[in-house]
Amino acid sequence: MASGPTTRRTFEPWDDPKSKPILRVSSVSKSYGSVTAVDQLSLDIHRGEFFALLGPSGCGKTTLLRMLAGFERPDTGRIELDGVDMTAVPPYRRPVNMMFQSYALFPHMSVEGNIAFGLKQEGLPAREIKTRVAEALALVQLPDYGRRKPHQLSGGQRQRVALARSLVKRPKMLLLDEPLAALDRKLREETQFELMTIQEQVGITFVIVTHDQDEAMTMASRIAVMDRGRIAQVAPPTEIYEQPNSRYVADFIGSVNLFEGNYVGGDGAPTMRCAEAGCDLSLAQPLLVAPGHRLWVAIRPEKLEISREPPPPGTLNCLSGVVWDIGYLGDFSTYRVKLDSGKIVSAAEANRMRLTERTISWEDRVYLRWVPQAAVALLS
Amino acid sequence: MTFGAATREATRARWAARASLILKPLQSALDAFPPSRWLMRRLDRRALKGRLLAIAPPYAWLLIFFLAPFAIVLKISFAEPDVAMPPYTEVFALIEDAGSFFLSIKLNFSNYLLLIEDDLYLRAYLNSLKIAAISTALALMVGFPIAYAMARAPRRWRGALVMMMILPFWTSFLIRVYAWIGILKNEGLLNGFLQWLGVIGEPLTILNTDFAVYIGIVYSYLPFMVLPLYAALERMDESLLEAASDLGCRPVKAFWVITVPLAAPGIIAGSFLVFIPVVGEVVIPDLLGGSDTLMIGRLLWAEFFSNHDWPVASAVAMILLLILVIPIVLFQRHQAARQEAAR
Repeated sequence: MASGPTTRRTFEPWDDPKSKPILRVSSVSKSYGSVTAVDQLSLDIHRGEFFALLGPSGCGKTTLLRMLAGFERPDTGRIELDGVDMTAVPPYRRPVNMMFQSYALFPHMSVEGNIAFGLKQEGLPAREIKTRVAEALALVQLPDYGRRKPHQLSGGQRQRVALARSLVKRPKMLLLDEPLAALDRKLREETQFELMTIQEQVGITFVIVTHDQDEAMTMASRIAVMDRGRIAQVAPPTEIYEQPNSRYVADFIGSVNLFEGNYVGGDGAPTMRCAEAGCDLSLAQPLLVAPGHRLWVAIRPEKLEISREPPPPGTLNCLSGVVWDIGYLGDFSTYRVKLDSGKIVSAAEANRMRLTERTISWEDRVYLRWVPQAAVALLS
Repeated sequence: MTFGAATREATRARWAARASLILKPLQSALDAFPPSRWLMRRLDRRALKGRLLAIAPPYAWLLIFFLAPFAIVLKISFAEPDVAMPPYTEVFALIEDAGSFFLSIKLNFSNYLLLIEDDLYLRAYLNSLKIAAISTALALMVGFPIAYAMARAPRRWRGALVMMMILPFWTSFLIRVYAWIGILKNEGLLNGFLQWLGVIGEPLTILNTDFAVYIGIVYSYLPFMVLPLYAALERMDESLLEAASDLGCRPVKAFWVITVPLAAPGIIAGSFLVFIPVVGEVVIPDLLGGSDTLMIGRLLWAEFFSNHDWPVASAVAMILLLILVIPIVLFQRHQAARQEAAR
């Protein structure tokens, strides 16, 4: 270890066929009356993962989490934790703990009392409870707050106590229901990194529910994007962003320009005929579909190159339009360009220089282009 | 004792804490009841016009309707019975002697001595406390499930449920107690029903027993127990029970370690609201109880109206007040001390 180039350790147990998942959800469904909250959902989560369930409200992510905790029984399907069937096990017998969105701290108990609560249920000796509570308080950096009552703490401190309380029993899996939703933006960003550090320290599998894509992208080893009770895509953050498998995922994570068209086969140069773009768009690689098949090309705003100079003739994937709107975000400027077809396309450009005078202004005719590898072709 | 403003502030806060212990659950019970919310808003708007205007009425009320009568009863308890109108001797008298005026105060302690000497009074006090304690426990046992069910009912029903709890107050208390005679008497509804079922052959004697008194008390005072309990339980966050379960606590245990402690303010307020008036209850033991149901309220009534012995009746009332006030003060002092220790 002393010499040689350090290699970045990769953590990808989901690609390892020998790795046995710690959590296995098999075709689980749950309905409330006529509303299907979770629909035939299957999912594997591996030991040590920081797994995010991401989706808009009402997509079933919280229902799924509550089924993992045992608060809801699935109508059909099976939930297995570490090889043991948990489907019918009540919450108080599951080796899983949950951190609640409201924190759910017991208001009549001190911080210590709250953290010790779970250990007392196990019937541990008082000495051990004391040391483990102290350890948990040290872990969340609140060593001197044991005697306080929850109402004497700030929102951020309460969040840490809730985390300590759910970690102190050393569960096989920690479930976090929107753990940062109640914090303000600045604190939320700090806490994201802290949660990651703590997760590495304790080595417990974390499953987090969030509707905040930045949160999921920052913290998670893998993200499951959910849509109406189903999983749209499960992948690491970079893949979710760069290789979305559907328009839904591409559109939910970040912003994206979508062009609709029909596939034009071709051995050497696969392209898409696109009325919105006003020209054929060339694709990075051929697709296994028949010519004429409907498809979409997704391209992120920051991957578009915007310029006032017309590109040399024959350039691939070049659109032209008029600047419709400019959004200045400090680090980025976003240009909304109206194509001749009437379609609005967003292009983002990093503000590398201090902006004193805009090179591109409203009503300017601009040219947008991208290399085929920057775009993704989607079939759904 | 010149610690200045800080001490005064602390004292004020302590009193506020004591008051809120009982008032807060009541307040929330009232808040849950829409017409009272409207009334409170109206009163709030008034209060803005001047703090004094808002604070004065309760103090004036207490002065006129509590402190003044209290002083009069205290005075009569030191008088001697007399065949006069009013039927007692004057305690204070202005005496003129050689051009000077003297205030003579003649205190007669024999009324209080009588209460000690005749064990009838002691037994009546103890029996009243016993009946009040048992009734409070019964009301708590009956009221807790009702309050719990109300607090967990769908939100849109809760207002109606609170309303139903208060509805009996629209009818006269006396009529409602009389109605129980019709239910409990030998040829009453209950015995008739049981005989029709074939459970019993001969009618049960329920009326004019202590059992009937308990039924009457629990029935009459149940809303006073349920409303503060409901207010405390309704505020409780249900996710706390989920959290307890998640941490390995079984539901039955979670009830005792989470629900009950959090409902404690409601339990305490409800118990006081039942216990205190029941100790002095007159109508229910008189109508439903037997001639041997000894309660201090009945005795007081008899002293006052049958014996026309106002001084002894007043002494009975004074001791009753002391019996009730001392535990409350002790309890509240303990509670305030605990709250301060927690800070």
